[in-house]
This record gives sequence, C-alpha cells and structure tokens, in this order.
Amino acid sequence: MEALIASEIAPEPRQLSVVYNRADRIFRRIVTSGALTSLVLLGLIGVFLFVKSAQIFNDRGLSFITGSNWTAGSGDGVILDDFSIGPMLTGTILVSVIALIIAMPLAIGGALYIEFYAASRLRKLLSTLLDLAAAIPSLIFGLWGVVLFTSFGERWSILLNSRLGWVPFIKVQAEVFGRSPFVAGCVLASLITPIITSVSREVFSRTPRDLIDTCYALGSSRWGAIRTVVLPFGRSGVIGGAMLGLGRALGETVAVYLLLNIVFRYNFRILESEGGNIASLIALKFGEATEYELKALVAAGFVLFLLTLVVNMFAATIVEKSTRRK
Amino acid sequence: MSTFVIEPQSQPVAPQPTTPWKPTRKTKFAGAFLIAVVAIASFAIVLLTGLAGIDGFGLTFLVVFFGATAVRTKRLNPKVRKDAMVGVAICAAAVLAFFPWMSIFVSVVVKGAKGLQPNFLIENMQLTTPDDELNMGGAAHAIIGSLMMVAIAAAITLPLGILSGVYLTEIRGRLTFLVRFVVQSMSGVPSIVAGLFIYTTFVNYTNSFSGMAGSLALAVLMLPTVARTAEEVMKLVPDDLRSASYALGARQWRTSLMVILPTVRSGLTTAGILGIARVIGETAPLLLTSLSNNSYVFNPMGGPIGSLPTYVFGLLQIGTENSINRAWTGSLVLMLLVMVLFLTARYFGGKDNR
Repeated sequence: MEALIASEIAPEPRQLSVVYNRADRIFRRIVTSGALTSLVLLGLIGVFLFVKSAQIFNDRGLSFITGSNWTAGSGDGVILDDFSIGPMLTGTILVSVIALIIAMPLAIGGALYIEFYAASRLRKLLSTLLDLAAAIPSLIFGLWGVVLFTSFGERWSILLNSRLGWVPFIKVQAEVFGRSPFVAGCVLASLITPIITSVSREVFSRTPRDLIDTCYALGSSRWGAIRTVVLPFGRSGVIGGAMLGLGRALGETVAVYLLLNIVFRYNFRILESEGGNIASLIALKFGEATEYELKALVAAGFVLFLLTLVVNMFAATIVEKSTRRK
Repeated sequence: MSTFVIEPQSQPVAPQPTTPWKPTRKTKFAGAFLIAVVAIASFAIVLLTGLAGIDGFGLTFLVVFFGATAVRTKRLNPKVRKDAMVGVAICAAAVLAFFPWMSIFVSVVVKGAKGLQPNFLIENMQLTTPDDELNMGGAAHAIIGSLMMVAIAAAITLPLGILSGVYLTEIRGRLTFLVRFVVQSMSGVPSIVAGLFIYTTFVNYTNSFSGMAGSLALAVLMLPTVARTAEEVMKLVPDDLRSASYALGARQWRTSLMVILPTVRSGLTTAGILGIARVIGETAPLLLTSLSNNSYVFNPMGGPIGSLPTYVFGLLQIGTENSINRAWTGSLVLMLLVMVLFLTARYFGGKDNR
C-alpha cells in the first residue's frame, strides 16, 4: 500500500474570485474603450482610404498596380485619365532596399561598437546622441542630402559607373548622376541607421552577461564572444529592427521628394537619374490634382499603407518576441 | 643541533584586483601613435594619387589601417589576429554609421547660426520675400503655428495614450496582446498616409485646410509613441504598491487613479514629450492638411496655417541662396526644439528612478 506523505501533497491553490463593483466596472469600460481607440483608428484609416479609392480599383483593376502612366485627362475626352503606380511601387522598394543594404552593416557595427568597444563614458554619450539622432526630422536629412551629400553621392556614382559598369544594375544610359535611387538610398540609409542601431543596441545589451563572461573564461577573444553569443542571441531583434527601418524607408516622403527625380518609367539602374516613390508621388501631385486624380492618389496611399502595415506587423511580432522580458 | 630560524612573518598582502584587459598607458600610446602614422601616410597617399576630398581620405585611412593591423599582428596567434581585424572593421562601421548625423548636427548649427537673428524669432514673412536679406522677416508665425498644432495634438493624444497604458498594465483584459500589437504596428504608419486619412475625412468634411486638421494628423502619428512609452513607465511600478493598495481595501479604480498614476506622473510627462518630439518635425502630413501661410494664424479652424516644417520645405523648393539659408535657420530652430524636448524628457524620465 502506498503511503501518502503529507508534505508531498501540494495544497490546492485557493480559487480566487474577483468581484468588481459598479465603479470598477465603469472604470474598466472607460479604460478599455480608450485603449481600443488605436485599434479603431487603424481600422478607420484602412476603411476610409479604401472606400475613397474604391472607384479607382474598380475602374482600373490590377493595371493600377502594374501600369506605368500617370496622365491627367484633359476633361474633354481628348486625353483620357490614366493613372497607375507600377514604377512608383518598384521604385519605393528599390530605394528602400538600397537603404537597408547600406544601413544594416553600419548599424550592426555601430551597435556592437557602443555596447562592447566604447569606453563606458563614451558609451553613455553615444547612446544619448543616438536617441537624439533617431529623432531628427527627415526634412533635415533631406536638406542635408540636397545641399551637402549630393556632391559626394555623384562622385561615388561616377566611380561606380566607370569601375563596375559591367554589373547589370549599375551601368547608366545617360551620364547624369544626381537625384538617382542610389543617392536617395544613401540618404535614406543614414536616416534609418540610427533607428536600427538603437534597436540592435537594446537587444545586444540584453545578452546575459554570464554567457559573455563564460566565453572569456574559456579563452575566447572579444570577437569570439560576439560571434558565438551576442549575435545569435540578438539575431531576431536585429531583424526586427531592420524591418522597422525598412518600414520607415518605405513610407518616407520629403527626403525622397527632395532627392529623387520622379519619372514614370520602370527603372532598375540604380545610378540613373530617375526613380519613384509612392509617398513622394502623393506629395508631388497633391497640389494640382483633379478630383479623379485625388482618388488615384488616395488609392496609391492605400497600397502604401498595406505595404508598410505588412512590414510593420512582421517587425512588431519579431521585436515583441525578442525583447520580451523574463 | 638544529636551529630554528624564525623567519619574520611577512605581512599578508591582500591581492590587488588586476584588470589585465584594460589598455595600459603603453598600449594606449602605441594605439594613438599607430593612428597618427596611418593618418599621415594616408594623407601622403591622397596627395600623391589625387583621391579627392574627405571621403577619399577616409577610405585610404581605412585601407592603410587594415594593412597596418595585418602587419602588426602577423606573428600573433590567428585568433588574436582575427579579433584585431574584426575590431578595426567594427570601429570603421561605427564611424561610418555615426558620421552622417554628426555631420548633420554640425552643419545645421554652423549654417543655421548665420540667420539666427532676433528678427527670425519675432517677425513673420508677410512683407518679406524669401529672397530678401536675412535681417528681414522671420519664422515667428511658423513657430507659433507648429507649437499650437503640436499642443492640440498632445491634448488629444495624452489621455488616450495613458488610457491604453492603464489598460495594458492594470486591466490586462483579453485584448492586451491585440492592443499592444496594434500600437506597435501603428507606429509604422507612413506619415503621408496619416495626412491622406485626415484629408479624406476631416478636411473634406469641413471643406477647408486648417490647423485643426494638421493637429489631428499629428495626433495619429503621436498616439503610438505616447501609448508605448506610457506602458513602459507603468510597467516599472512595483507590484507591491498595487498589493498594498488592494490590501488597504482600495478598489481597482482607486488603485489605478490614486496610486499608480500619481506614481508615474513624471514618466507620463516623458511619454508626452517624446510624442511631441516625434511629430514636431513631420512635414508630409502637414502638406496635405494645414498647408502653409506667411502670416500669423491663431485660430485652429481659420484656414491654412504656417508651421516650421512646411516653412523650411517651401523655402527649399524656392532654392535661392537666401531662401536656403533661411531653411537652414529654420532647421536649426526645429532641431533645437527637438533637443530641448528630449533633454526635458530625459530629466523627467530620470526622476522616477530615483
């Protein structure tokens, strides 16, 4: 017969019953409805943009996404309205991807430097400056890009064109180098680097100190510890940060508006002085748009909204997973 | 016969902690020396080969430094060598990553200081064209407009942000995960889309562009920042405080309103300030909602209104020398505002932790 020993039987946890009185219930309802505002707002943005642009999607169907014309009709039927955003959509993705490719190594290097190489006083200063840099308005990046960076960008473009001209995406047709996806991508890269750096630094700083010390105790070098512990630990956080940066780059308006020649033609040559971006298309055409054109702009905005929403939801899931405490 | 020699007992010396990983004076000196030599060498190369500008110099410096490190660590263990090389690469990446915004800080201050005269802060552009000398006209209308729109946006957003913070930390209902997820993904809504949303709703409904429309667009962008920061600070309230309040017989609403919220008062201030810093420089939504104006507008419903970002943007598009100079000064004021907001937020943020 089995003997039951009293200490082995865990006491059943007491059932807690929470009773909210009326005041509590009212309070909870108010707070809940306040918290749901953001949910409702996000839904409203999607619904309104879609409703206002439904006519465009109805009229043009899929050719709104794939076509490459933006012609306002003359109103008397001689020239017909023809709106589509193909080159803008590919241009948006092209510029953002260039920005991300340039920004990623710099951001990871910067985050590792602040967290593991800089002296502690320098680290504090740099991380404060970094937060500040992430808050610089994109307009100022645009101004800096137009006035100061463009000459550097052009010089690099000429160099790339003459040395690496045999690479398919690099050779240009006309030897004009300013206002190209490459230049815009460089400025966007400097715009998103602070954001990616600050997320990566945050994740790297959560690496358990014990694991790093264990590495050193086993005779590892600093790079060994980073490669075997810090980078694998922070990988998903860094990816999440990169997606946040990508989302920001996809939706960027003024910096791209100031730095890119918006041309309605598919262009994948990154040094060519033409390109596109949905957000700056909206800013460019908004002022003088006809009523039907405005609807097309709203439709373009809706496409951009969906694109960034997908990227950001992905980012939110990853960041949430990797920075969750405990 | 043997003698016992009693040796004088040596004083036990407490072992001093050593820090062998810290660079000694000698290695620091050697490092500085190496950098100086490489700098001179790459300067010579730049002079000889005609590589242009600061970028050419930087590139040469990096290549020479890599070479020097490779030579210096030639006889060492491969592991140490690799460590040194990767260290150089990481430092180079860091310098490249920090260079743009350092350059932006410096250039905005240097170029903006020229036009930062008293008239810039007290006059408007009603009687001045952007091309006039810098001692005429100013951005007072834009500064007032910006502050007004941001203030209205903050007044709308702050209560909502706090409510969502309370929901996420105190009520923790069924929708906690969803709310957090939505707030997180909403922070990535492009600013122009927020502007477009307010345009299709508020502007179309009231039939005019206005400061109020601008405020609403900014509020959409500000809400996620405020909500997230509010949640972060309320998470830091120790559970003991809640338990103590419940143990004293307080209901949940009393606990939340009279214990938790007063505790994080300064943290919530930080949340508001960070939200303001996030949106004060937003240009795109204002281009679609509040447009711009050259003179004072004090009525949020009184038609197009000036703001700092649209002021700078407009000047940039004119593109003459004086207008660009004005744009730099406008950017300087904008950056100073962001900086002041940030330091204030940091000051209040530090208060709760004490």
